[in-house]
Amino acid sequence: MKIVVTDYAGVTHEIDAEADWPVMEALKAAGLPIKAECGGCCLCATCHVYIDEAWVPKVVVKSQDEEMTLSEAAELSDHSRLSCQIRMTPELDGLRLTLAPNF
Amino acid sequence: MTSEDVINTDVLIIGAGPVGLFAVFELGLLDLKCHVVDVLDKVGGQCSEFYPEKPIYDIPGLPVCTGQSLVDNLLQQIAPFEPVFHLGQLVSQVAEHPDGSWSVTTDEGLRFHAGVLVIAAGAGCFTPRRPPIPGIEGYEGKSIFYAVRKIEALRGKRLVIAGGGDSALDWTLNLHQVASRVTLVHRRPEFRAAPDSTRKMFELAEAGAIDFVLGECVGLDGSAGELAAVTVKTNDGALETIAADRFLPFYGLTMKLGPIAGWGLNLNENRIAVDTEKFETSVSTIFAVGDINVYPGKLKLILSGFHETALMAQQAFRYLRPNKKLLFQYTTTSTSLQKKFKAA
Repeated sequence: MKIVVTDYAGVTHEIDAEADWPVMEALKAAGLPIKAECGGCCLCATCHVYIDEAWVPKVVVKSQDEEMTLSEAAELSDHSRLSCQIRMTPELDGLRLTLAPNF
Repeated sequence: MTSEDVINTDVLIIGAGPVGLFAVFELGLLDLKCHVVDVLDKVGGQCSEFYPEKPIYDIPGLPVCTGQSLVDNLLQQIAPFEPVFHLGQLVSQVAEHPDGSWSVTTDEGLRFHAGVLVIAAGAGCFTPRRPPIPGIEGYEGKSIFYAVRKIEALRGKRLVIAGGGDSALDWTLNLHQVASRVTLVHRRPEFRAAPDSTRKMFELAEAGAIDFVLGECVGLDGSAGELAAVTVKTNDGALETIAADRFLPFYGLTMKLGPIAGWGLNLNENRIAVDTEKFETSVSTIFAVGDINVYPGKLKLILSGFHETALMAQQAFRYLRPNKKLLFQYTTTSTSLQKKFKAA
């Protein structure tokens, strides 16, 4: 499976992902500069991404926990998500997203 | 400061996470004494700070444990070796003596003299997260604080407090009677905090004793480090200016390599390069174990960190006891080791 990622500089990367893998792990494995400090515990918001509009309906809805953590992230948008909270499924093959600035 | 104030130890361990704690055990088996410094005010590192309640399944021999129970077990396991903890201390300076030993100073002024340093600092030191507001650096330490050290210093001030966790709420509740006015800013009406604190905050806001604004702090006004106002972008998009003398952002903790970056160690993408025989850094007698180190094939697992401490301890012994023979002993059969465990 693939994820299409736009980085801070606006460069697009097509990266590999596996089913049931958190998107955050796929970003890290591809060497993209996300911190993901808490290792997927939904605590730090350093794996913040923007999901491309067309893909928003296909992505699993946010938990209350994710809402809370996101509320302290910088540069929040309507399409903001924590990439550690989205697991890859066949429906997400080709998912497009943009990395949010870390702070 | 006189020489009596210096704490002498065989080994100074920097970082009290699981790997730093287990280093006490492996060094203790070789009769090496340890002091442990950590920037947090509790032991356990990320296990205690990030996932105290989350299950861990990959600790050998423990089918499942939580972050906190692992830390509690490790404390019990290393107790026979009597480690001394210095918490809430950031190691700031490291200087080498002519004999190759180390002088170490913390930001709170503690001084150590150690033969060997073991860096078990995980992803680095926990530091308060700085909100991305232009020019914020110029106010830090003067009118913007990430922790409250002296409540009296805030008496009569107009405060803006930001964040959605226990710290933001607790300080709102504690400071509203001291300050001339408290405004709490958070993006959501929900808080990740004790329900009782949340309820009390809303009661105060309803009674007009404090202000609660739904929004995000985006700008600062003031001069020469003295704050005059905080600009808040409210959730409906309007910009609101709140007159303020002090701003207290509580956006949780982030991790930075911190002062370690300046110690002259070879680094590789913010991690400390080590060999895989002794887990020693590019500087002799300074070791790095756990998530902070990097070597070919490195996996950031607690399991790997534990292994690294055992090999590190062998070399630390050779440095610290050059005239003694290193006797490899199993805890199952060594009577001298068993005496220590039974006595504890």
